[in-house]
Amino acid sequence: MALLSKKDSNLILDPLADNNPITIQVLGICSALAITAELNASIVMALSVMFVLGLGNVVISLMRGIIPSKIRIIVQLVVVATLVIIVDQVLKAFAYELSKTLAVFVGLIITNCIIMGRFEAFALGNGPWRSFLDGIGNAAGYGLILVIVGFFRELLGSGTLLGFPVLGDPITKTGLYSIGYENNGFMLLSPMALIVVGIIIWIQRSRNRALIEEN
Amino acid sequence: MLEHVELFFKSIFIDNMVFATFLGMCSYLAVSKKVTTAVGLGAAVIFVLAVTVPLNWLLDQYLLQEGALSWLGPEYADYNLSFLSFILFIATIATMVQLVEIVVEKFSPGLYNSLGIFLPLIAVNCAILGGSLFMQAREIPSLGLAFNYGLSSGIGWFLAILTIAAIREKIRYSNVPPPLRGLGITFIITGLMAIGFMSFGGMLTGGDEEVAAPAPQVTQEQEEDVKNTKEEADEQTVSFNQAIKE
Repeated sequence: MALLSKKDSNLILDPLADNNPITIQVLGICSALAITAELNASIVMALSVMFVLGLGNVVISLMRGIIPSKIRIIVQLVVVATLVIIVDQVLKAFAYELSKTLAVFVGLIITNCIIMGRFEAFALGNGPWRSFLDGIGNAAGYGLILVIVGFFRELLGSGTLLGFPVLGDPITKTGLYSIGYENNGFMLLSPMALIVVGIIIWIQRSRNRALIEEN
Repeated sequence: MLEHVELFFKSIFIDNMVFATFLGMCSYLAVSKKVTTAVGLGAAVIFVLAVTVPLNWLLDQYLLQEGALSWLGPEYADYNLSFLSFILFIATIATMVQLVEIVVEKFSPGLYNSLGIFLPLIAVNCAILGGSLFMQAREIPSLGLAFNYGLSSGIGWFLAILTIAAIREKIRYSNVPPPLRGLGITFIITGLMAIGFMSFGGMLTGGDEEVAAPAPQVTQEQEEDVKNTKEEADEQTVSFNQAIKE
């Protein structure tokens, strides 16, 4: 990390583990759960959030001196909404099928608490470069959880990864299916997303005891 | 009338905002530690959803949809402004929340004291924007149904946060494994409750005429089911604890 000072690189690395937006800060849960039945939807969602959060943090940080604090929520909402409209239009133009899968959840990036949370907690008090790094870092932490959840749900639920059959063909009984393996269709349903995230939290806090909460 | 009844129960139980679409999870997890605060936030969500969904329906119908501007004159008939819906919906919601806050503070200080602190939180609650976006995506046909949809989705959300808050108050006395305490166990309980709510999916799958007719009779059973689900979740955690002890 010769490019970044130690302080700056922490901005990116912290949210990946010990200060993860989903498992520790409890921000941005809605979309993390709803669209993770397929891996590629998770990846696209993570990239969209990274774009919105990185740029949004820079814009808010540049305007932090001139936003009156009373109306800052509305200003922030307008900035996010504009960026999200760009993402939505790009997805509709270049990945129409995927934008149908993501449906309203692209729009819901506007109210994704990660975005408002980082604007309030970081961008309003820091310079644009540091805010940009913070945005990228937090979006990466968010994306990491999304990709992990999407990976397990798609692998166990439909036996594919990014649409490619990795465990063999369930109809002609090749690969794992020839010895009696079955897909667990339950993984594709929404409740399992919650349970998978619960297990991730469990594993993370077992490894780092400092994160354990009071009951 | 029947379509109203159908939509009402469908939005509360089958398409429950928390359990089926995960809307408003952030505040659902953050504010569900005590029943009293959960009730306050739940009531505020019902209120704001019931106001903003019909309002955004009007905007969608007369401003945003393809051909919506034809009331201005034939030359505007092929304008399609639907790409503006995000920004317009969120602006409406933010404005309405401010307005409601001011009006409630002026005319009903009692209500303001119980609801007031939650109102600013609500502008950025995904359940509110999600309600409007789903209303648009599902092409709800009339203003009355839009109001019904907002109200009943709000009630569904209220029900969800109330049950989880009640469970979390009880769970404080049980022996949860330390790494799961707080957030982790809440996720897993919510998952179990969502599995319980999936059983409502069979509720409206009959033929068209049979659909709405049995619905009112079924409701009592459903309310019992909700209690059962809650108890089940309780039992699950209890037996889990016993397993740990053993």
